[in-house]
Amino acid sequence: MVRLEPRRQHSQAMVYLSPVLAILMTLVVGGIIFAFMGKNPFDALYTFFILPINNSYGISELFVKATPLVIIAVGLAMGFRANVWNIGAEGQLTMGAIFGGGLALYFHDSESVLLLPAMFVLGALGGAFWGAIPALLRTRFNANEILTSLMLTYVATLFLSFLVHGPWRNPEGFNFPESRPFPDAGLLPIIFEGSRVHLGTAVAVFVVIAGWLLLSKSVIGFQLRVVGKAPQAARHVGFRQKRMVWFTLLLGGALAGLAGLFEVSGPIGQLQPSISPGYGFTAIIVAFLGRLHPVGILFGGLIMALTYLGGELAQITLGLPNAVTGLFQGILLFFLLASDVLTKYRIRFGSIAAKGRTA
Amino acid sequence: MNASLVKRTLAAVAAVGALATGMGAAQAEDVKAGFIYVGPIGDHGWSYRHDIGRQAIEAELGDAASTSYVESVPEGADAERVIRQMAQTGHNLIFTTSFGFMNPTEKVAKQFPNVKFEHATGYKRADNLSTYAARFYEGRYVAGVIAGKMTKSNIVGYVGSFPIPEVVRGINSFMLGAWSVNPDVQVKVVWANTWYDPGKEGDAAKALIDQGADIMVQHTDSPAPLQVAENRGVLGFGQASDMIKFAPKAQLTAIVDNWDKYYVSRAKAVMDGTWESQDTWGGIDSGMVELAPYTNMPDDVKALAEETEAKIASGEIHPFAGPIYDQAGELRIKEGEDATDEMLLGMDWYIKGIDAELPK
Repeated sequence: MVRLEPRRQHSQAMVYLSPVLAILMTLVVGGIIFAFMGKNPFDALYTFFILPINNSYGISELFVKATPLVIIAVGLAMGFRANVWNIGAEGQLTMGAIFGGGLALYFHDSESVLLLPAMFVLGALGGAFWGAIPALLRTRFNANEILTSLMLTYVATLFLSFLVHGPWRNPEGFNFPESRPFPDAGLLPIIFEGSRVHLGTAVAVFVVIAGWLLLSKSVIGFQLRVVGKAPQAARHVGFRQKRMVWFTLLLGGALAGLAGLFEVSGPIGQLQPSISPGYGFTAIIVAFLGRLHPVGILFGGLIMALTYLGGELAQITLGLPNAVTGLFQGILLFFLLASDVLTKYRIRFGSIAAKGRTA
Repeated sequence: MNASLVKRTLAAVAAVGALATGMGAAQAEDVKAGFIYVGPIGDHGWSYRHDIGRQAIEAELGDAASTSYVESVPEGADAERVIRQMAQTGHNLIFTTSFGFMNPTEKVAKQFPNVKFEHATGYKRADNLSTYAARFYEGRYVAGVIAGKMTKSNIVGYVGSFPIPEVVRGINSFMLGAWSVNPDVQVKVVWANTWYDPGKEGDAAKALIDQGADIMVQHTDSPAPLQVAENRGVLGFGQASDMIKFAPKAQLTAIVDNWDKYYVSRAKAVMDGTWESQDTWGGIDSGMVELAPYTNMPDDVKALAEETEAKIASGEIHPFAGPIYDQAGELRIKEGEDATDEMLLGMDWYIKGIDAELPK
């Protein structure tokens, strides 16, 4: 019989090494898969992981792709640490885009420098509003936030669809479902000339630093960690669970909303039926890839973004199917979780009776 | 950038190229064609048919042409990067095969004036950006004629994707075809709000059949509605590709997209140096719209369908021949006139007689 036995002490080094190990294992297994598909594994891995970022444009695109993932994942990680499972970041992202983008559409002739900051505020509010609903349902009726936040995602997506098919449709767009283009005053400034790296990327870096400070230096960060790790102890010392639910869902929602606003006022430039290829869901993986730590999330977001870019190039230059991208992400997550388990537990062979002897 | 500047730039680049290689402009250029698909290729539907067209380029032009593709590209911020990667990796002809790729295609086309771009189903053009689409409504008219003959309950179930002009035009054309042989037919429409979601599409089909529909029409890409029709013993039409293998007893015909000829001709034009920006909207006569073999119907209906198809191809029948009124009773197309392309492209109204309301 095989069973898992908790390790009394787990190596601190392994906590940080395991993501690296997982990535190495992914490369090895990925290479083997490529070989089976009849491709030179080194060529394929090069195309997947190096080619996308071997020039400045590629690196800039990596930042563009990672920006929403990192911003959302930092917010989600706060909640996950406190055992608040916000699965609906995709919906909060959409509401942020609707709120902030709606302002840009309402003032579509505006040249005011105040438009963009106002859109930021509304975008964050929109996301926070969408996060507040599961928070209310959880604290008031004890409804599971996993379900409510997930279901609200579909509501938000359909609401956006309704808006761009109907009232917010571009009057000069031949009835196609998309809004007017945002005015220049409602578009994010580009940070690096000739690329698509926008102000949102700078905000993402700021969010990482602020998230790290919040978690490690602030009282509420301490409470988050305690509530997550030892809920009973937290209750004894009077940390209020409900406040944590509200705080993490509002913060996570606001950050997701901001990320959504950055997408529509950055690379997209208008509202359309689909504004995110599932960033809100991918960010959940990124949060865990980054160990629920803001700095780790920064790296996790970049790696996840790289797998998308690599997947595109693998299709263009090697003719590999798009499914390879998903396969890679799956393998990576598998090894990460596996090495996690093995950091915390050891595998024991033999019956339970044997335990007495070994212990 | 204004047009003459682009032309001058192009001319200058061509001249430099000719000098550098010491060859004349008549020298054939190799084609490297890139394709951007919105969905997975799979074995049926919209992206699949575009990929068949891509393969036709390779088959017809041999060594002079190479192609590549990226599938499942989301219609958001990612599209611009993928299109740009195509342009940067030496592709000189790039097909972006979904409406949502319009703005990113336009942006990248501006940055790569020497690369030719082709955008399907959009309306923005430039000196190096063509648009193309097919008059699928012609095929839907034929389908309507068949449905009018085959229905017993006089209720047709219609699974729509989104209420955009393309789909609304299809419903109108289908009903005009149906009413031309059976004025008692009514249509029930369910909007699935997706192009591809077998679960939702199938549920919509079940609901429609429960309401008495005995003919299933779809303007979504999965074979699910047709499969539901097969299981429930009613008839239906395939979408985008011949779906007979999914519903051997239910499929009457399918409205098939055929991009092969167009893609090959555009690739050839790049080779010959004769490529020009244009707007193509091909119907049955161009071969872009095909009807899969007529099955599961009596011979007289089959003959009528073939006749209708031939008459549309020859121009004898125009699906939108006046007089045509909208639901409010307003005369939209006058007696003796046909709908203009402009009207068809922006169609956001149901014709009189359709007992449903268009979502606004």
